[in-house]
Amino acid sequence: MNASLVLVLLMAVMYAAGVYVMLERSITRIVIGFVLVGNATNILLLLMSGRAGAAAFWQDGRSAEDMTDPLPQALILTAIVINMGITAFLLALIYRAWWLARTEAKGAQPDEGDVVDDGDDLPEQVEDADIVFEETTADADAIQEEQAEGERDDTAAEPGARADGPADIDQRGVQR
Amino acid sequence: MSANLVPLVVGLPLLGAALTLVLGRNTKLQVLVSTVVLTAVAVIAGVLLARVGEEGTAVVRVGGWDTPIGIVLVADRLSALMVLVSAVVLLGVLIFAVGQGLADEHRDTPVSIFHPTYMILATGLFNAFVAGDLFNMFVGFEVLLAASYVLLTLGGTGARIRAGVTYIIVSLISSVFFLSAIALVYGATGTVTIAHIAERVADLPDDVQLLLHLMLLIAFGIKAAVFPVSFWLPDSYPTAPAPVTAVFAGLLTKVGVYAIIRTETVMFPGDVLEDFLMVLAVLTLLVGIAGAVAQADIKRLLSFTLVSHIGYMIFGIAIGTEQAMTATIYYVVHHITVQTTLFLVVGLIERMGGATSITRLAGLLKAFPVLALLFFIPALNLGGIPPFSGFLGKVGLFAAGVDLGTPLAYVTIAAGAATSLLTLYALVRVWNLAFWRSREEMESGHQSRLVSALAEDPDDSGGTSVRTTPRIMIAATAVMVVLSVALTVLAGPLLDISAEAARNVMDPSTYIDAVLGGAR
Repeated sequence: MNASLVLVLLMAVMYAAGVYVMLERSITRIVIGFVLVGNATNILLLLMSGRAGAAAFWQDGRSAEDMTDPLPQALILTAIVINMGITAFLLALIYRAWWLARTEAKGAQPDEGDVVDDGDDLPEQVEDADIVFEETTADADAIQEEQAEGERDDTAAEPGARADGPADIDQRGVQR
Repeated sequence: MSANLVPLVVGLPLLGAALTLVLGRNTKLQVLVSTVVLTAVAVIAGVLLARVGEEGTAVVRVGGWDTPIGIVLVADRLSALMVLVSAVVLLGVLIFAVGQGLADEHRDTPVSIFHPTYMILATGLFNAFVAGDLFNMFVGFEVLLAASYVLLTLGGTGARIRAGVTYIIVSLISSVFFLSAIALVYGATGTVTIAHIAERVADLPDDVQLLLHLMLLIAFGIKAAVFPVSFWLPDSYPTAPAPVTAVFAGLLTKVGVYAIIRTETVMFPGDVLEDFLMVLAVLTLLVGIAGAVAQADIKRLLSFTLVSHIGYMIFGIAIGTEQAMTATIYYVVHHITVQTTLFLVVGLIERMGGATSITRLAGLLKAFPVLALLFFIPALNLGGIPPFSGFLGKVGLFAAGVDLGTPLAYVTIAAGAATSLLTLYALVRVWNLAFWRSREEMESGHQSRLVSALAEDPDDSGGTSVRTTPRIMIAATAVMVVLSVALTVLAGPLLDISAEAARNVMDPSTYIDAVLGGAR
């Protein structure tokens, strides 16, 4: 079986980077790592179709040797869709966790409708929320990055809520 | 003829999911649809199980493509039995959940998404059981995992999100392993159809075979919670709502076990990793039960026994004789039913007693004698007291182990017996403290050192006791208890079915011939 060296190298780098990023404790990084590792796996699948360059479908009667195996491409397509769905769910989960952390920072009541049965046990949830975001790295760059990220999230999600946001969260919620 | 029924097992719940999603506002219709769908699947699985016995393995070539090219759905006795048991258990838990929803007036669960998600979970589960190729099995796993992520984080409270994050990340990693394994299998054999792989894999060099074998085992081992990769389970299951935990505990790990059975018997038959698996079985048994003994929270305790008892099934698979496989299949059926039932009972304890920690529960026997009975029977069953099904399954496994007669098999039997006793110890302690102890005794502050050393659930919020008796929940649990007892009463026929299923499984040529048919 022939395989493209460039793709092999790309796959290796993506696996390595993905696993490295996944070893962090912040969920945001884990998601980034998951996306990298997921796509590295897709490339692995692609590599399994053999020599690159030929098309998967031919109109006139070519021999099988001139074609690229289409099955791995079909598998990748399915895997990409699954990855996308899971990534979307993870992003929603991150938003929810961040939002719970922010509620603690502001001491505000959660919105109605966003939450089910939050009225009674709000304090308990907020306590738990900062554990989700527990960070042990004292890396200043990381903090910087996370802050920028927080700002971006903040702007995207609720433009009005900027002023009270990121600094507070980073102290109490996101970074400890 | 019976082959035409196989796609319905996957199609009906999928359709049910769509319907319940459309009916989001109308809970009663949602309940009706879910119940009808699961009942239908249970009936179909029952018919399949009977027909497969007469006509041989049912194979459906989806879209009419020939086997090595297209997707196949395969239902042999093992698949049909697993689908049947899962459908019945899902139905029982569904009724319990409905009862809980009615009793709580939907305080704790966002009702509109529960039913569609539950149906999707069923779809993925059944698809994984009847999938005839690895990639379709992967899709089934992903479908059921995606649904399980939603169910685990239902309501989005802090504790659930934290538990959910652990669970989701671990599951994602196992999925990546699975998909990479599929890619490598495809690269090595040029096919993803299980039967076709089985034919071609023997021609590969030994080291490549071992690599593929191990990759698949790691992926399935994470899902089945086999020892080194079982750490995630007790941390994530107990925080979910009671019915969700019950379903997860009963079924999700068993999909992993099912996949391991297929891997070990069809794709990679032979005893290359027999000793390795047996060592894993010993460690799974002992480490799991050691965790259970240290817990005060009943949900966590049960989660640890769940991990521990997976060891029995791995033991059976590792022995790899027909007798062992019979016992394993019987044990899987027993464990799905009993473990689910126990988690449902804990759901009742939580509601009626107001806590799940045995340090804060007392006097339940006097207050709720029915609940005590419902706990006592499955607890003894799980602990392996004769004449219950837990005992029969374990005896079958131990007998097969003795027949094998290697020193390692005896060590595993010893570990299994110890685990059985310690399970009984942990559950009897729950019984003594939560049910037998009087309230005065608890309030007088008498604490033994043994009890105060137990680990509490970090997320335990105390909870409140609801004094109304949730009739539907009790009825659903009672039916599940009756079912688990029925496994003992009907042990003869069930063991016959298990033996037939084991014969199919241990003779991969049945499976391979049925799937590949004239394609060779």
